[in-house]
Amino acid sequence: MSTKGPSRNSKPVESKVLPWLKPDAVPIVEFKNVTKRFGDFTAVDNLSLKVYPGEFFALLGPSGCGKSTLLRMLAGFETPTSGTILLDGKDLADTPPNLRPVNMMFQSYALFPHLTVAQNIAFGLKRSNLEKGVIEERTEEMLRLVKMQDFANRKPHQMSGGQRQRVALARSLAKNPKLLLLDEPLGALDAKLRESTQFELVNIQEKLGTSFIIVTHDQEEAMTVSTRIGVMNMGVLAQVDTPADLYENPKSKFVADFIGDVNMIEGSISKLHAKTKDEFIEFTTDTGSKLLARCEFDCKVGDKASLAIRPEKISISKKRDPKAENQVSGKVDDIAYIGNLSTYYVRLENGAIIKAQEANRRRISNREITWEDDVWLSWTPGGGVILAQ
Amino acid sequence: MENKSRKWLLIGIPYLWLFLFFLVPFIIVLKIALSDIAISIPPYTPQLDLFAGLGAIGDFFSKLDFENFKWLIDDTLYINSYLSSLKIASISTFLALCIGFPFAYGMAKAPESWRPLLLMLVILPFWTSFLIRVYAWIGILKTEGLLNQFLLWTGIINDPLVILNTNIAVYIGIVYSYLPFMILPIYSTLEKMDDSLIEAAVDLGCTKISAFWAVTVPLALPGIIAGCFLVFIPAVGEFVIPDLLGGSQTLMIGKTLWSEFFNNRDWPVASAVAIVLLLLLVVPIVLFQKMIERQQEAEAR
Repeated sequence: MSTKGPSRNSKPVESKVLPWLKPDAVPIVEFKNVTKRFGDFTAVDNLSLKVYPGEFFALLGPSGCGKSTLLRMLAGFETPTSGTILLDGKDLADTPPNLRPVNMMFQSYALFPHLTVAQNIAFGLKRSNLEKGVIEERTEEMLRLVKMQDFANRKPHQMSGGQRQRVALARSLAKNPKLLLLDEPLGALDAKLRESTQFELVNIQEKLGTSFIIVTHDQEEAMTVSTRIGVMNMGVLAQVDTPADLYENPKSKFVADFIGDVNMIEGSISKLHAKTKDEFIEFTTDTGSKLLARCEFDCKVGDKASLAIRPEKISISKKRDPKAENQVSGKVDDIAYIGNLSTYYVRLENGAIIKAQEANRRRISNREITWEDDVWLSWTPGGGVILAQ
Repeated sequence: MENKSRKWLLIGIPYLWLFLFFLVPFIIVLKIALSDIAISIPPYTPQLDLFAGLGAIGDFFSKLDFENFKWLIDDTLYINSYLSSLKIASISTFLALCIGFPFAYGMAKAPESWRPLLLMLVILPFWTSFLIRVYAWIGILKTEGLLNQFLLWTGIINDPLVILNTNIAVYIGIVYSYLPFMILPIYSTLEKMDDSLIEAAVDLGCTKISAFWAVTVPLALPGIIAGCFLVFIPAVGEFVIPDLLGGSQTLMIGKTLWSEFFNNRDWPVASAVAIVLLLLLVVPIVLFQKMIERQQEAEAR
């Protein structure tokens, strides 16, 4: 997991109150036991979720996990097979999509090719009985918001992908929706542009205070922009948490594996309280090494489990560290050099491969570890987490 | 050098084609239109003899005049034929649009696996001769024909309807024959349309119906216009359909042209009628071309 830019929840959200932690907070959107079936296929399976006002909520998951269906049900393009969706406490079931105070930014942007940028932005305003002057003012305001004033009279096909993306955003925000839905909004942009647009999206969201729900399959994008992430898999929410909690305290092997890179060490629980540090659990690997780690589930001695440890939390050294609580030895099998980081693929005695990642603080020629070296891998007990099988 | 001549050859072929099969025949027809009727073979005078010397050629040109075109204006038959043709073609085009658009829309919205089949069904009538298909309508529309038998059998009507040999039969024939030319271009524009555009329109406050008028129709406009021209232009000059299905009161320029040529054997007047028809049709064709050019320019910008 490369660390690009500051993760968003480190700064602005901590200064706010975290609404999902307050028991009396009123959600803007609530899914109550929502199920959606397409024939035999269950796209969304008895899902419940609350999203709070002002949140930038990300729905993250592999393709086909039901995240887009969830968004489309909120917009009104699909009706739930069962369950209710509440917006501001009101059941949306009988509200057609054109009357919902919700707007959507489409993955393909869906800009009207026969209309200019300004006409595209004004499209929704013209359908809400506003005076002409008000429409013009609001259109102008939106053009300024996305810095597209100079392009007001262009047609969509006369613009670049990034410009179209801005227009699509302006159009979906023009009616000042209570909730904005974004379906893979940055999917069509190249990597560099995507990164800068992510921050811009966050700035706009903070400026307007509108609640955003974004659907994405890009975990880095979800972590950068969102206050909370709902990780979806096969129609259910695997975990809903802040980006940092999701990364540091995954509750399942799926989440640990889906968010970032992870090593999974198989074994079983051997002691509930370690001698030295009470909060950690002793875990014995299948090869007999004893390791300490946190445990996020209710476990008993003898339970089969997996220890998940992120590659960047493992340090690699040629010498054994006598003080390290978790330590395994192996031989360097391969090194992946990606410039700022190197990933060492270390083969343990039992043949398992553990990835350890180090920042390349020195030039590559000065690197002391190379192929076939015998090395020691070590990490602190807080670095790993034990997950149920 | 060789490359250049090959390029000219390539460009030259279509020009040569147009010259031989369009411009030369046109000049011949124009020449006949400027001649006078004569009881001879061919039935007009003067005739050009390129080997009779310069004086004879000069004499030939001095005998050409616009008398026949003047005749077209003096006799109301021709003006009425033109106007009636334009009217029948316009109404037929409108009817074909009203029927063809839902067809095309339905095809474009059909599951993708069905579309090739539907497309083939639209083209299928072309596998039978146009003449035979128009003939078949006589059997359907005549007083004791299939349609009347069916309607009498269901009890909707008590007396057979008189459809054959009226303008209604002509409308039915034209709309039936040219419907594929309306459906195909509209279908091709609708098929390319992204469904999320309609969703976006609905999301921004349109009802399904207003989204149709605000998004679907403007985007299908190039197809609608192309379809209208493809139906209108051949319908104006249509001869077979009014002749077989229309009655004596059905006035269409194609029929008038036919009777000038074959009943009256007045080639010069018939040629003049043809020239005027061509000029009448050039106007919409040029407009159509201009529109396409403008569109391509807009897209290229």
